[in-house]
Amino acid sequence: MRYPSLLAVAAVTATAIVAARAAPISYTLPQETAAFKPGPNLEVVQNNCIGCHSADYINTQPRDAKSKRDFWQAEVTKMIKVYGAPIDADAVGKIVEYLAATY
Amino acid sequence: MLDRRELMKRAGLAAVATGFGSLSALAQDTVTLPFDNGERPLVKYPQKRAMIGLTSRPPQIETPFHIFDDGPITPNNAFFVRYHLAGIPLDIDPDKFTVEVKGKVDRPLKLSLKEIRKLKPLELVAVNQCSGNSRGFFSPRVAGGQLGNGAMGNARWRGVPLKTVLDMAGIQQAARQVTFNGMDGPVMDTTPDFVKALDIDHASDGEVMLAYGMNGEDLPLLNGFPLRLVVPGYYGTYWVKHLNEITVIDSVFDGFWMKTAYRIPDTPCNCVEPGTAPKATIPINRYTVRSFITNVADGAKLTAGSATLKGIAFDGGKGIKEVAVSIDGGQNWTPAKLGKDLGKYSFREWKLKVKLAAGPQQLKVRATSNAGETQPMEPKWNPAGYLRNVVETVRVTAA
Repeated sequence: MRYPSLLAVAAVTATAIVAARAAPISYTLPQETAAFKPGPNLEVVQNNCIGCHSADYINTQPRDAKSKRDFWQAEVTKMIKVYGAPIDADAVGKIVEYLAATY
Repeated sequence: MLDRRELMKRAGLAAVATGFGSLSALAQDTVTLPFDNGERPLVKYPQKRAMIGLTSRPPQIETPFHIFDDGPITPNNAFFVRYHLAGIPLDIDPDKFTVEVKGKVDRPLKLSLKEIRKLKPLELVAVNQCSGNSRGFFSPRVAGGQLGNGAMGNARWRGVPLKTVLDMAGIQQAARQVTFNGMDGPVMDTTPDFVKALDIDHASDGEVMLAYGMNGEDLPLLNGFPLRLVVPGYYGTYWVKHLNEITVIDSVFDGFWMKTAYRIPDTPCNCVEPGTAPKATIPINRYTVRSFITNVADGAKLTAGSATLKGIAFDGGKGIKEVAVSIDGGQNWTPAKLGKDLGKYSFREWKLKVKLAAGPQQLKVRATSNAGETQPMEPKWNPAGYLRNVVETVRVTAA
């Protein structure tokens, strides 16, 4: 399902506590530690990539592609076409440049 | 959908850390998987012991391989986790949770967890293996989650057959498939929600189940609390977590996660020439047959002479007929002794006493299923990095 608004989640949790029913689970994920390496256009990458996933999605990828540019261009295209990432056309080249130069 | 503030909270530390360009203050234990760029942090999540971290948002963690040597059942706190989308339900009230059954049914249902627990339960032991398990070993390498061999686990699942619930709802004549959706979802409205589908006959086979129990406990949150689909013998992609929406449809589901993702080549070997693209594809389905040595790690130094090798084997649901071991790089094979049969969907333990000659040795293990399927000596390749089942080799030195 689409993710419910935080307000709705908070309301459900609060009600459950007041009614003293079986304990609802409230889970805390550990803080993220992965970070993007320094490189060209880092700011563009942070503005466009970090919204949906952490940096380790990128830094664990294979490094032996025949053409790093082609490998990363395909990944960025997939993020836009398949996963609907709202990346401006003029940012695409900058992101690919960063990824190909840095990973 | 997550709002921006929550998003930044979840992304927070990474953003700050990047600003300083250094993570030295956050030094953590790491492990190195045996392929290039295989260094991973050991991470600690609530309800889990230290696990191999692949990604943190959404979480993907794999089981340290030595745990498979502890027994045929993988403990809940060591079971791997794979999410696709970062909108994960972190606050769940089991008393308020319901699962809907709708679509081409006579009586649409909304069942609470309590109502589901009152139905006649089914228990079975089954392996859950990620489609991309072992992807990091592909050559040439392919994009995707770069996993070692730890994105699998074997558990005793308790729940209710999906058939029971479908019968209660009354499947209509026109039904062709059943789709499954969980509470997790995308961050952006434009990202396809994670929804999977099974053919109606498969969904009604009495073994596909809605599971609320795992090894005698509730499901851990990251493994789908409070209810998940269990599809014995089928890759984990179908085992939808936090399952709350079951829809009977009169067509073949064409959502992204069935029609475009999780596809394998439509060739007899489900493989293609390395580095090439298949002409046609089908949805990934049953596990290929696999086996592992679990008590000797690659690169180990052993004492020459008598030794006992042990490990596990499994397949897509026919059960394991034979496990054979070679200690001379694949020239001679000896059948191993199989352990207790926990069911045809379970890990099957094996062990074998061997005599190791001094020097470097290649230990290999090969399983054969009751269907006669066995493991290839050379790896098969497909562009998504699925189905790996080459005969595994452990290199040791005996002295």
